[in-house]
Formats: sequence, C-alpha cells, structure tokens
Amino acid sequence: MIRVIDQPFRISDAIAEFEAQAAGAGAIVTFSGLVRPRAKGEEVSTLHLQAYSPMTENGIRDAVNRAKEQWPLTAVQVTHRIGNMSPGEAIVFVAAASVHRRAAFEAADFLMDYLKTEAVFWKKEVTPSGVHWIEPRTEDYHDRERWNEAKGS
Amino acid sequence: MARILYFGKLSSIFGEMSETADLPASISDTAALRTWIDQTRGFDGVLLHPSVRIAVNNEIVPDPSPVSDTDEIAFMPPVGGG
Repeated sequence: MIRVIDQPFRISDAIAEFEAQAAGAGAIVTFSGLVRPRAKGEEVSTLHLQAYSPMTENGIRDAVNRAKEQWPLTAVQVTHRIGNMSPGEAIVFVAAASVHRRAAFEAADFLMDYLKTEAVFWKKEVTPSGVHWIEPRTEDYHDRERWNEAKGS
Repeated sequence: MARILYFGKLSSIFGEMSETADLPASISDTAALRTWIDQTRGFDGVLLHPSVRIAVNNEIVPDPSPVSDTDEIAFMPPVGGG
C-alpha cells in the first residue's frame, strides 16, 4: 500500500498496521526515516516536502511493482510525508514482508534508494542562514546504481 | 489558458507554485515554452538547465514536445525524497 500524507504519523502505529497486513510472513523488515535536527552544521527548524500528484504516487507504485517482480514479497508498505515537518518527526516508512529475511531486507533497501533519488518529491530545509532546496547527494545516486549493476550481471 | 506549475527551487524563484498563462501563438512546444517562460518570469537561465524536466499533463516529456493552451505544464528540477 502507498500513502503520501500531509499529517504526522506514528512509526509504532505504522509497524502495528503492517504486521496485521503481513500476517503469515516469516520476515518483516521496516525502515523509518526521521527529520534530522542538523544539516551541514546548522540547526534545521523545518523540513518542507512538495509532491506532484498523481505522478508521485504512480512512480512509487511502479517501484513497488518492480520490487515485487524481483523478490518474493507477501506485503509492501510505503508511507511518505509531505508538507511541513519538525526535526524528529517521521518522514518516510518503508516495510517489506516475505517468507525469509533476505528478500525483505533487499526490497526495503531498493525502495529507499528509489525514494531518495527518483521519487517525485522536492525537499527544502529552513535553517538560520535561510531556505535551502536539497537535491540527492552523489552517494544517493551511487546507492541506486547498485540495483542496476545487480540486474545486469 | 495553460496551467504552469513550478516545483522545488523554481517555486522559490517564481514566488508561487503555479500560474495560469495565455501561451503566445508562437509557443507550440516545450523547448520554445522553456525559453519564453525563462525570459519572461525572471528565471535567468535556470529553466534552460537540462536537469529541469518538463511534464505535460502529468507525463514527463522530452524537448521538444507539443504544448497547447489547455495543458497543465510542470517544470521539475531534480527530485528526491526520503
């Protein structure tokens, strides 16, 4: 299931809901991303995310479908915040369930790499020195490339 | 009237996330639109950078692709969430 929401969510609720959805799985991997309190040595007061519906949701759905083709998953969840967030709040939750752990770990990792580099979001940090739009780091693109290499070999 | 959307840093430069615009008759594709909007909205070359992609009616298209006065056209700088 995919959710792009402009309201805070609790990670513990997201995990509980996913456990119910994934009943019968042998392995569940969840990843929670939180708003960092500092960026480049500065305090972050607000993180703001924009999405472009329905392109954002359609893109995530395609990535989830690619993950399901590549790994034997029994359930997948992607929840992503948009709008204004404060440090410490959950920004992203990814969960994957399978019979065994490896598929669940890899699928969650793959989906996070998609979200960091290709998902249709724009991210802005508000710090004492002003407003900064954040684009993916080189490391994020390298992380994503691992999956293309794996597929090609 | 075409609806023009500006995302990410482009929304900060323009000052708004969207506008409606009457496209001049001479603007019939994304390449011409990119140049016209860049020059008339004070983007100062930012829209001409190849990292800024254009979506017409929610589909990312290559330059030059047709645009008309009834389209929703989005200017999209590099994306990334998480």
